[in-house]
Amino acid sequence: MKRRLFCFTVFLMLFGLVTLTWAAQPAKKDAFPYEDKIGVVKIKPGQPIHLAMWLVVAGENASLGTDIKRGVEIALDDKGGKVLGHPVKLTVQDSGCNAEGGQAAATKLASDPTIVAAVGSTCSSEAKPGVPILWKAGISTVSPSNTAPYLTDPKRGPDFSGYLRTAHNDKVQGAVAAQFAVKYLKVKRAATIHDGSVYAEQLAQVFAETFKKLGGTITAQEAVSPTDTDMRPVLTKIATGKPEFLYFPIFIGAGGHITRQAKEVAGLEKVYLMAADGCFSPDFYKAAGEAAVGMFHSSPDFSAFGSGYKDFVAKHQKKYGEKPIAPYHAHGYDAAMMIFAAIEKVGKKGPDGTLYIGRQKLRDALYQTKNFKGLTGTLNCDAYGDCADPRIAVFKTTPENVKNGVMPTQPFWKPY
Amino acid sequence: MGKAWRKQVGIIDWIMWGIGAGVLALILFGSVVTLKAGIYSGRHWLDFLIFGLAQGSIYALIAMGYTMVYGVLRMINFAHGEVFMSGPYTAYFLAASFYRSGFLEAHPAWSLILIFLLSVGVSAGIAFLLERIAYRPLREAPRLIPLITAIGASFFLQYVFRGLYGSGFQAYPVIKALEGHWSLFHLPILKFQVMVIFSAAFLLAVLYSFIQKSRLGKAIRAVSEDREAASLMAVDVDRMISLTFVVGGAAAGAAGVLYALMFKQVHFFMGFMPGIKAFTAAVLGGIGNIPGAMLGGIFLGLIESVGPSLFLDGLGIPAPYQLKDAIAFTLLVLVLIFRPTGILGERLAVKKA
Repeated sequence: MKRRLFCFTVFLMLFGLVTLTWAAQPAKKDAFPYEDKIGVVKIKPGQPIHLAMWLVVAGENASLGTDIKRGVEIALDDKGGKVLGHPVKLTVQDSGCNAEGGQAAATKLASDPTIVAAVGSTCSSEAKPGVPILWKAGISTVSPSNTAPYLTDPKRGPDFSGYLRTAHNDKVQGAVAAQFAVKYLKVKRAATIHDGSVYAEQLAQVFAETFKKLGGTITAQEAVSPTDTDMRPVLTKIATGKPEFLYFPIFIGAGGHITRQAKEVAGLEKVYLMAADGCFSPDFYKAAGEAAVGMFHSSPDFSAFGSGYKDFVAKHQKKYGEKPIAPYHAHGYDAAMMIFAAIEKVGKKGPDGTLYIGRQKLRDALYQTKNFKGLTGTLNCDAYGDCADPRIAVFKTTPENVKNGVMPTQPFWKPY
Repeated sequence: MGKAWRKQVGIIDWIMWGIGAGVLALILFGSVVTLKAGIYSGRHWLDFLIFGLAQGSIYALIAMGYTMVYGVLRMINFAHGEVFMSGPYTAYFLAASFYRSGFLEAHPAWSLILIFLLSVGVSAGIAFLLERIAYRPLREAPRLIPLITAIGASFFLQYVFRGLYGSGFQAYPVIKALEGHWSLFHLPILKFQVMVIFSAAFLLAVLYSFIQKSRLGKAIRAVSEDREAASLMAVDVDRMISLTFVVGGAAAGAAGVLYALMFKQVHFFMGFMPGIKAFTAAVLGGIGNIPGAMLGGIFLGLIESVGPSLFLDGLGIPAPYQLKDAIAFTLLVLVLIFRPTGILGERLAVKKA
């Protein structure tokens, strides 16, 4: 008897609890009917919209991230400092250009619920661990300078569904280099060198695949480590395959050593040398010296950018007292503009003036970006977040370039 | 006697020897397959050897500093890589000004000598100050303390030079007289490599005879054998320790110029890897032993240059040059398994440590 009474009481209590929670729910919703699958950011009137950046702003690659940060700041100036009547708060987290830094920066961003969206990362190695952490917190991120193909690969998995980029996919850059080698230089045999970084390895791979597809032979796919200085042994090994073209899409230090030492290795004296945008900086001329004369680089073609680019450079000069210092400022500007446009599309004002931004809605709006006129061209996002309008051209270094430490501005060859 | 030996050998020793034998077998197998495949001609092997010799003699010069300091103080001077960097980085500015003024074109020999002297002077000076400021006050402190100080000094020097000269790369001017090839028995050999190998060999010989033959060298050796007894024999221990640092620093500065001639690139972080490699070379040869450090350096340079092609190509490993450092350090472990005191190591480890 006692037991039955106990059961009954427990049942009553449970029933009561369920009805209570059920009854309580609509009361919460009453304020404003705005729903989102993964969460809503509410911004009270007068409070800022928080846009975070995770970029390399310290250490030896600091110029890459600082350049992007300036692009984002100019984008905000162009918006008059306000989106939907709210001021915008920009914060920066250093991401170190390596996987550990990317993870740390993303974890920090993910712990801040006021962040609406993010711009970053700078290096592809940071994005791999960082993007899933951000997306678990519902933060979409637009990268202005990640170029590694896997980040927007159909097989990348749902962890990356909050990721987009305004930078070109290296599938494009690697292919441009291969086309240039086969169609313009008419070479048949090529070798590649990467340095184990995600960027270099995938770029070298894409080059090799395209080159083979176009009928060429890849004689060697070698690798060095970024701190190596003595490249002669590896170059000697490459020379045994008798290549006519050497593609090394790596960074400045090791790239400079390869450029200098290739000419000294028997069998490689006449080989064509080509590097990618990772070496497209005046610092590279310091590292490589006169050996760089006559070599090729693939890089975004600034001369193909829209007319807005000239104004941008003028604003940059005025605001920071110098010209842009790395190749991705315009992509940073476009990334910020894309995010602002998406916020304007999905943000709703409540009756009390509070701004509601749905995280899933924002992500979907970013992915729906179509025919968006940016500085780098017309942006169209595909189903995997590739938004760029890639204009990759090939540049050739002249003796004057090395002497004055200035990168070539006019493309030597372009596929479009 | 035989029995006692067997008792001392435990199961761990057998496992270590097993690992060693396994790695050796793998190396032998890889080498045989590579040689049979015949991708590389004799010319290529000769090239590999010369690259290795040039790189190795630079390691050997830097390793001298590690091993001499270990000899007198029983400490590893981890800031030695930065001593190596300071000389050529400073001398770069002299080289660049010579290049701009045309002096380098007109008098390559004189400018090389001046660049060389500046680099040697700066490195020796930095090493002297390092000992005076960072190590001498701690000489009686427990062993771990100077070690941590050395690491701190290494960072300090790196970032001081970054602050002074900037964080970018600087390119050494090309010396026209050293460009191109010389023919040796109809085989072209790069001029500056010949020059690097010969100057390193000359410097090593000078250093060796200084330590072995001169009175000062004898005093340094006396301090390293027994500091107290040496001081009783009227050897000024403090001065000899300073001198050891100066000589080691000068060798590092000389190595730095050779390095700059070979790679034509300097920056503030350039001392790190060569420093570690030279330390490895010193341990490989038997730390505290001067001919050992020379041998270890050359051995390491050769293995790094020849090893990836010879051992790994045959095993079908793609991109073997990425594993250059792995090969070098595996070799160190191998040598230490079979000879814990290094190739030429004296049996001092037990006696003095």
